Amino acid sequence: MRIPCPICGTRDRREFYYQGAASMLDRPAAEAPLEVWHDYLHLRDNPAGGTRDLWYHASGCGSWLVVERDTVTHEVLGAALVEACDAD
Amino acid sequence: MRYSGWKVIKEALTGHRGWGPAWRDATPKPAYDYIIIGGGGHGLATAYYLAKQFKQANIAVLEKGWIGGGNVGRNTTIIRSNYLLDGNEPFYEFSLKLWEGLEQELNYNAMVSQRGILNLIHSDAQRDAFTRRGNAMILNGADAELLSTKQILARYPFLNVNDARFPIKGGLAQHRGGTVRHDAVAWGYARGADQHGVDIIQNCEVTGFRIENGTVKGVETSRGFIGAKKVAACVAGSSSRLMEKAGMRLPIESHVLQAFVSEGLKPVLPGVITFGAGHFYCSQSDKGGLVFGGDIDGYNSYAQRGNLPVIEDVAEGGMAIFPMLGRARLLRMWGGIMDMSMDGSPIIDRTHIDGLYFNGGWCYGGFKATPASGFAYAHLLATDRPHDTATAYRFDRFAKGRMIDEKGMGNQPNLH
Repeated sequence: MRIPCPICGTRDRREFYYQGAASMLDRPAAEAPLEVWHDYLHLRDNPAGGTRDLWYHASGCGSWLVVERDTVTHEVLGAALVEACDAD
Repeated sequence: MRYSGWKVIKEALTGHRGWGPAWRDATPKPAYDYIIIGGGGHGLATAYYLAKQFKQANIAVLEKGWIGGGNVGRNTTIIRSNYLLDGNEPFYEFSLKLWEGLEQELNYNAMVSQRGILNLIHSDAQRDAFTRRGNAMILNGADAELLSTKQILARYPFLNVNDARFPIKGGLAQHRGGTVRHDAVAWGYARGADQHGVDIIQNCEVTGFRIENGTVKGVETSRGFIGAKKVAACVAGSSSRLMEKAGMRLPIESHVLQAFVSEGLKPVLPGVITFGAGHFYCSQSDKGGLVFGGDIDGYNSYAQRGNLPVIEDVAEGGMAIFPMLGRARLLRMWGGIMDMSMDGSPIIDRTHIDGLYFNGGWCYGGFKATPASGFAYAHLLATDRPHDTATAYRFDRFAKGRMIDEKGMGNQPNLH
């Protein structure tokens, strides 16, 4: 599996640290109810097929990336900097 | 049909024409009292204990492919009860006790082999941690023994205890741990369940749930609607995909775990050994293959195959502790999909939908749990109360902060 880092180019999966679903970027407000925080912290869509998740280019530029990927085929469809995704 | 030595001799003399299938190939009835979704080890064990132990009837097991074709046929066959936490250890010890009587219970040769498991210790801190774990095991009625390097060398003379990088300082042994012929577990439970009237329905995929006013009425399947009073999901690896059809999001991610087996060798490894300085464990099957594995790949996946970095990591761990492994050729490697939960521990619980029950989140430890998982799930289905050893395996433990986190990693499933 290779990931196309927007800064460094396409690199081996070994260079990246995996965090989890990109829904982690949508952090609830501090005063949000318990159920909202429970949803955010513990529940996952866990799709079979297309997914968006967070990878950290630990052995490269140190960027956090949102990677679009297929969980059934391991195909990597694209990657963007978290900052670019946040601006969307 | 009861299997026995006499039966084997009789069949040998009469051309093996009297064996017959071990279970019926059932066609679905319009409705059942209990539908268990998933014909793996846990689902079949659940059906068996529900019929045999809890005297329930009118039970079906629905399997989308063939029984035993999922993780019960893809694991590394180890059984043990060397857990630390109160929520886990009584459950796994109950499971080990069920393993000990399984073959007599089922009249089926599952090749339960209590050859012992040894967790190697490489540092003082690790000795402290394993001492604590061993004491927790003993407090819960399991067996545990701290071994010196001399005791270890008596059984495993090939280990290099004076290795410069990873010296072996001792080990935590559970002599009652060991291995089981994994496929035979699925087949044995299937045969036992069938003998107690359970319908095992293969090639029957559940495509949806029929839920009315918050109560489950049955399941839509590739072979039509089947009504049920109680529906029990038991599809670890695919739990999120199934429960999504009931509108549920789970505290679970699916991850791929790889396993490996070498060509058949003469006996070199009498028990199960785990390397303490990396993630690697190994045993030798009765056919002679060295069966080994390590970490999950670490990213969400539904592909039943992994990638090369983890293969490299496992091989490095293996070479660090068993340099002789480098002389063996790899025969096969494969991957299975794990339900990785948020705290590394399983769930056996009711859902918010009346009549719909859930069993999953087994991470990569489901095989050893098979008998107790089936027993506890059957208990829950029959009585609507959790079994005494499974009271902690609830959905609400995450929201309530009562995680059962053996590794202390928090809600990061790929680290458990």
